Amino acid sequence: MKLDSREPTGPIEERWDKHRFDMKLVNPANKRKFDVIVVGSGLAGASAAATLAELGYNVRCFCYQDSPRRAHSIAAQGGINSAKNYPNDGDSVFRLFYDTVKGGDYRSRESNVYRLSQVSLNIIDQAVGQGVPFAREYGGLLANRSFGGAQVSRTFYARGQTGQQLLLGAYQALARQIDAGKVKMYTRTEMLDVVLVDGHARGIITRNLVDGTIERHAGDAVLLATGGYSNVFYLSTNAMGCNVTAAYRAYKKGAAFANPCYTQIHPTCIPVKGSYQSKLTLMSESLRNDGRVWVPKKAGDMRPANQIPEDERDYYLERKYPSFGNLVPRDVASRNAKYVCDENRGVQGGQQVYLDFRDAINRVGAEAVKAKYGNLFHMYQKITAENPYEVPMRIFPAPHYTMGGLWVDYNLMSNIPGLHVLGEANFSDHGSNRLGASALMQGLADGYFVIPYTLGHYLATAKQPKVNTDHPEFGAAEEAVRGRIGKLLSNNGSETVDSFHRRLGRIMWNHCGMSRTAEGLTSAIEEIKELREEFWNNVSVTGSEGSFNSVLERAGRVADFLEFGELMCRDALTRNESCGGHFREEFQTEEGEAKRDDESYAHVAAWEYTGDDSEPVRHTEALDFEYVKLTQRSYK
Amino acid sequence: MNLTLKVWRQDGASGSGQFVTYPANDVSEHMSFLEMLDVVNEKLEAEGQDPIAFDHDCREGICGACSMQINGVPHGPERGTTTCQLHMRTFKDGDSITIEPWRAASFPVVKDLVVDRSAFDRIIEAGGYVSVSTGATQDANATPINKADADEAFDYATCIGCGACVAACKNASASLFTSAKLSHLALLPQGQAERYERTAAMVAQMDLEGFGACTNTYECEAACPKEISVNAIARMNRDYLKATLLGR
Repeated sequence: MKLDSREPTGPIEERWDKHRFDMKLVNPANKRKFDVIVVGSGLAGASAAATLAELGYNVRCFCYQDSPRRAHSIAAQGGINSAKNYPNDGDSVFRLFYDTVKGGDYRSRESNVYRLSQVSLNIIDQAVGQGVPFAREYGGLLANRSFGGAQVSRTFYARGQTGQQLLLGAYQALARQIDAGKVKMYTRTEMLDVVLVDGHARGIITRNLVDGTIERHAGDAVLLATGGYSNVFYLSTNAMGCNVTAAYRAYKKGAAFANPCYTQIHPTCIPVKGSYQSKLTLMSESLRNDGRVWVPKKAGDMRPANQIPEDERDYYLERKYPSFGNLVPRDVASRNAKYVCDENRGVQGGQQVYLDFRDAINRVGAEAVKAKYGNLFHMYQKITAENPYEVPMRIFPAPHYTMGGLWVDYNLMSNIPGLHVLGEANFSDHGSNRLGASALMQGLADGYFVIPYTLGHYLATAKQPKVNTDHPEFGAAEEAVRGRIGKLLSNNGSETVDSFHRRLGRIMWNHCGMSRTAEGLTSAIEEIKELREEFWNNVSVTGSEGSFNSVLERAGRVADFLEFGELMCRDALTRNESCGGHFREEFQTEEGEAKRDDESYAHVAAWEYTGDDSEPVRHTEALDFEYVKLTQRSYK
Repeated sequence: MNLTLKVWRQDGASGSGQFVTYPANDVSEHMSFLEMLDVVNEKLEAEGQDPIAFDHDCREGICGACSMQINGVPHGPERGTTTCQLHMRTFKDGDSITIEPWRAASFPVVKDLVVDRSAFDRIIEAGGYVSVSTGATQDANATPINKADADEAFDYATCIGCGACVAACKNASASLFTSAKLSHLALLPQGQAERYERTAAMVAQMDLEGFGACTNTYECEAACPKEISVNAIARMNRDYLKATLLGR
């Protein structure tokens, strides 16, 4: 397998411009001759589908939800970064680039990150033009706030609902193109395989989730914008339906899966309450602007917060990282929460720490705090029945975002020609740790401002003949999909799908979560294999194929997670270093920080599927750092 | 706590439905309403029975997928709360809970508690956007927007498209949903150019979908999990009148 990043050369600030000029164009009159398939309708998928349709391509867009407006981008709370430098506080395109490469612990591609930083400027303009109601100052201009891993205020926000507002902007742009007849939308439709003809991605196989119809769709290119895979942990901040199936099916068709072990455990989530728990709820990182994180100094201190005097509280982030304080990046904040809980200093003896707004409320008043975070406080109170204006929030890290994903080149194309991957589903820009407010930026950058250029280049140069769904490759893919569904339904086992999912989640959280060891990962790989075998022998899938069947949907997704989890563990086991969200206990500094090994691991690990009975092959793409000097990350 | 659930079961749009009673035992007060249903469903699945179908996804109150009438009220008894954010501490031991799908001709039942809300998408497609293609914008700070206007626009923009307003309305009117989008855009300078055309087109689509008329009962505002104000409907009616006078 050859991994050619197709990065342009020359001065970094000129690369994207130069590349845009070097790429071939599709004549406006010819665009309507191309059919583009977009899977997913979140920020990346909706923005890509809308923009490509505006350009004149014929687009078909697919989502498993009942409406494209419900994609999980909608749940992003805190904000979106952009190097606008409106506050005049020292920001620049280069600084956003630098912060992102550093925040990713030097495991991302410089050229991609620089481009991301450049187009971040256009995204805000675009969103405002669409009527996205960002927060504003009294003078009527846009407001900014700070986020973790940065010392400037570059985050634009819409209260705690930034993802919702940006997604609705993209959804409305998509709706306009649906109305214009340029996009055909398929809701409640799940992609179950990608179809390759002569080595190029030429279509997909889908299942209609209402009546079970299996359909074939052919096109000139396939774009996957199918999000991340945090639900491999069962409990995560993802929506219940988020899954790895589309990406994993592409992997099994030959697409390389890059850095699957890079997962982000978000530091500020509401702690687990009981065994019935179905998901975890995130509290935006923006809360760390004003909330102070602490635990009791004394181990086993069971007193309520208001009875613990100031000098018996350990504001451990402020103590250990005086320059960034509570705004250290997510991986650092999460790890430190784990450390204090390991020392039995967790709040009320549990796996939880305090996020305290007492000082902020005393400083600016409850009303000002409410104006900034009202909906988050409201949500917290709904879930916990505690009033965060009166008692500190209790938080603990939870699986949130996945930096790993399908490998893509500078054009966002996987190693399968024609198969492009956007947003969280690709691996490209965040290295081994994503900074807060950068996911929205990347999803929209890919969809609005990158793929519209790079897809044209592929279509103009690939020169593939038209295919239709009668091609034998479609027949073979459909047969495989039907066979798998039939196998799940005829299993007649006795254990529920969710029970297997929970068991997988526990293995992943214990061995491939916030900290990992070679020993734990090795045993996890064996445990997952056993669990997978048990699944196929004993899973109970009720209902029929040709009907609305949520059990069958979940069963297919969990079956893929049961294979994918093993790949994650393998990746974590072979990366003998710690970097960002990947923390191997064997590799840490004396102060307990992640210790990279740039000599051996300054590369992307991209995995090639070789068959169900053989081990995947690890390929590497070397990462060259010309502009950012590799150093031990310090937020002290 | 132990509860009795009376759940509407319906096999597909054409089938006839009926209430089926299920016990829900050992329910923790910390569970969300949907987690309580998960437990009931997992038991059904383990017994080889078809679980209760319901729409849900983010479980954070923002995607708008969850949609059920609980004891006759959309999203249940708590104000400003979606079903997924409703917790069992709202109920007490021995309660009997009736659970139905949204009831509206324009939201046909897909299965059990799942309804087809694609009519909402078509209303947005009719004009619920600013016609600006990617790249065709000016600098984001070129047009200052009065903060109060921006905040009010935001309040309307928080609609999650769940359909509770329709389910709560005796006429099954979609006026609150449609007018929330219209108000969001009407309050911003970006929305002005197409303001009246947009109003006419979205109202026409709303009628075409078979939603009823608004008779100012305001049940929609009471049921809205995002507590969107019915002032939006007044603005829509004014703009619709203007659109008619202007011949848009």
